[in-house]
Amino acid sequence: MAGLEAKSEDRAQAPSWPDEVYRVLKEAGVKQVGMVPDAGHSRLIRAFEADPETRLVTLTTEEEGVAMLAGAWLGGQRGVLLLQSSGVGNCINMLSLPVICHMPLLMLVTMRGDWGEFNPWQVPMGQGTKAALEAIGVVVTRVDEPDLVGQTVWGAANLAFNTWRPAAVLIGQRVLGAKNFKELARK
Amino acid sequence: MTNPNALLHRRDVVNELLRERGDLLVIAGLGAPNWDVSATGDSPNNFPLWGAMGAASMIGLGLALAQPKRKVLVITGDGEMLMSIGALATIAVEKPPNLTIAVLDNERFGETGMQKTHTAAGVDLAGMAAAAGIRTSRIVRTMEEVTDIRNLAHQGKEPVFAQVKISPEALVFVMPPADGGILTSRFRQSVLGDEALYN
Repeated sequence: MAGLEAKSEDRAQAPSWPDEVYRVLKEAGVKQVGMVPDAGHSRLIRAFEADPETRLVTLTTEEEGVAMLAGAWLGGQRGVLLLQSSGVGNCINMLSLPVICHMPLLMLVTMRGDWGEFNPWQVPMGQGTKAALEAIGVVVTRVDEPDLVGQTVWGAANLAFNTWRPAAVLIGQRVLGAKNFKELARK
Repeated sequence: MTNPNALLHRRDVVNELLRERGDLLVIAGLGAPNWDVSATGDSPNNFPLWGAMGAASMIGLGLALAQPKRKVLVITGDGEMLMSIGALATIAVEKPPNLTIAVLDNERFGETGMQKTHTAAGVDLAGMAAAAGIRTSRIVRTMEEVTDIRNLAHQGKEPVFAQVKISPEALVFVMPPADGGILTSRFRQSVLGDEALYN
């Protein structure tokens, strides 16, 4: 699996938007990063791995991160949750916590199941991601242009941390590049 | 002389865990653990949950990482812990020295009609925590062992997990404030000072 992801990343030109997102998150004062990895977040994850000021926590399931970042806020730290759209479904009831407690929560969601998707199993949750988040009370912004990712994350971070509510940025597959494992499978 | 085989009473256990608590920070899982913690007295240093089942231990982790000089005690139920059992692996990997998790294990879903949880069939939560890598992980059956857990929580030398076997009794509800905004603001004000109200 890791090998496949590395290959598909090598083929794409290294994108710069993750570096800008890292800078925005550092300026926002993020100290805890919870994540279930996604290939689309791999460059950002590497940046946090190399950052001794930030605690990077790998989760077994995404809703752990919603609860962890609630605890971080109670203790005076800001955080971010990195996840794939499939993981949004895992979070829904746990999002009651930041919604009802007026806590900030910044979620950066890399999309599957939309533009250019090859895997039919990704489509139900991918197509339901925005509606599910909005149904539980998360402010959702979507971005499909690499040049706009940084400022979109900046806007969501300000909204979340200054108005104490969960905010999610959906980073579309047009930004990430659609992958196709079928090309890598043996013919 | 008390019967050495008798199950512990949950409010005796929580009273002992919170005896002379000092500035201990407490997360209480939803349902009876919330009422038990509240029965010892409402405190801004408590964060009692009314929902978000499965959140308690991971709130404890985020808080323990954010406040490394404070001691954090999570008191929750067996059903709540089972719902987020993977969190034990995450916590074991992160090894927060200032986090103690005490599961009040009555082997029942108490709020919904006392249906049996998996611990009633012998699922060993303390064994699972130990296998995940939380080295100090115990099944607790006596008040002396409860006192040990209380003392370990205040020492804050390593993550601690305790599965405290308790009687499946239904007690009077003692409720803290239900408004999540109030619970959050007063906790932050207590931990972070008045400036928390302005940020």
